Amino acid sequence: MALQTPLYDQHLKHLGKIVEFAGFLLPVQFPTGIATEHKIVREAAGIFDVSHMGEIVIQGPGTYAFLDYLLPRDFRLIDQAITQRRALYSVMCAEDGTTIDDLLIYPLRSDRCLLVVNAANIKTDFAHIQLALTIWQKRHAPNPTAVNVTDHSAKWAQIALQGPQSLAILKTLVAQNSKQRYINAADLAVLATLKRYQFIETFDDKCLISRTGYTGEDGFECYLPPRDATPLWQMLLAAGAAPIGLGARDTLRLEAAMPLYGHELSRDITPREAGLDRFMALEKPDYIGREPLQNQPARVLIGLIAEGKVIPRADYPVLLDGQIVGHVTSGTFSPTLNQGIALALITADAAAATPISSHLMIEIRNRAEPFTRCPLPFA
Amino acid sequence: MSNIPNDLLYAKSHEWIKLDGDTFLIGITDHAQCELGDLVFAEVAAVGKVLKAGQVIGSIESVKTASDIYSPVDGEVIESNSTLGDKPEQINEDPYASWFIRIRPAQPGIPTNLLDAAGYKAMIGE
Repeated sequence: MALQTPLYDQHLKHLGKIVEFAGFLLPVQFPTGIATEHKIVREAAGIFDVSHMGEIVIQGPGTYAFLDYLLPRDFRLIDQAITQRRALYSVMCAEDGTTIDDLLIYPLRSDRCLLVVNAANIKTDFAHIQLALTIWQKRHAPNPTAVNVTDHSAKWAQIALQGPQSLAILKTLVAQNSKQRYINAADLAVLATLKRYQFIETFDDKCLISRTGYTGEDGFECYLPPRDATPLWQMLLAAGAAPIGLGARDTLRLEAAMPLYGHELSRDITPREAGLDRFMALEKPDYIGREPLQNQPARVLIGLIAEGKVIPRADYPVLLDGQIVGHVTSGTFSPTLNQGIALALITADAAAATPISSHLMIEIRNRAEPFTRCPLPFA
Repeated sequence: MSNIPNDLLYAKSHEWIKLDGDTFLIGITDHAQCELGDLVFAEVAAVGKVLKAGQVIGSIESVKTASDIYSPVDGEVIESNSTLGDKPEQINEDPYASWFIRIRPAQPGIPTNLLDAAGYKAMIGE
């Protein structure tokens, strides 16, 4: 049985075409259509219901020591991140180095942080984290440090405001709604100065707002209690933001070459293959997946742009000199470039033989169609 | 509610069929274009291609998905609408003017597996 987010009625009201995604009923598009919604986010501002995302809280004095074991991320400067109120992107790996999930870490306090994970992975992540905690605490016996893991997914709704006009929309919202408490004038002043990944807490710490997103544009992600989602959504609409569905969320993140779990990351793909070395401290002494992650990746994630009118899709084979060298992980029509684009995972040998602007083929409907390797992000 | 003209026949796979002398014009329904969303790619079978019922006569893609269009009959493609490839959006704008192919059926008569407007309307639940 698929779940409704707190904004489900809003999506029906705006005639969103509802689909099931990761167990939630969400709008794939609104009557404006994916291409227009995409342009709105690139040129103005749109709002996304991302309440399906999972939230896991880790707390206790050993929080970051445990995270340092759980995740490949560098935590040596975590005190700075806590002080500067800066979120960290990370992957979470299995012992074999493949990817269990990718996530955002909000270091809320020196003994408490919030992990934001993909909706489809909430149960797997939670089980993996609990097992990892048991192992970690046993190693530190007889003096284990207290750490607690709790699934808070049902306690949070999330709205993403994305696009170059995002800050202007928030200014309008605050001007139009002097009595709302989600963002007061002082919060707005701080929001305007936030650097990418920084966050603040508002509304008596019931609301968390970060300068983050999944579109490649400026914008904010706002976590808040489910009961407050509809009022904030309506104020954002009134301030001039357009509702955007999952379809445009995918084209936007793909143009920005941001990985999507299940496509660029999975239990078959390591974060090194996905090109995420910069988010890992591979050399640190003890973390899950350390040994396999020392190996040079066998495959490389590359960007391809169609030379003709064709549109690549996930799982289509990639060919070099007539041989299959990999497959498309995500493909779409890029509304910005007006061209088919693909992220593809190909062998390290094929990647080494095809520098930027080399030609590769993608098999589409039994025909080999020409593509050019291009730098990432696409747009 | 989608537009379902009474003077056309319909396949369960969402093609419309217009009887035109001893040939059929084939396109996709308003319901189908609406479900697919903004079309950004179209490709049509070439003139002279001999097809069995159920074989692909064209492919269309929206931003999000790819989808094939099928022939409701055995026959030969005698005309192919190549303008769709240059302007796939015309299928969204006017699906019943945007025919894909004209086919000459191998057998005379109307295939029994086609629906009339009322039947198609019931099938898509409108």
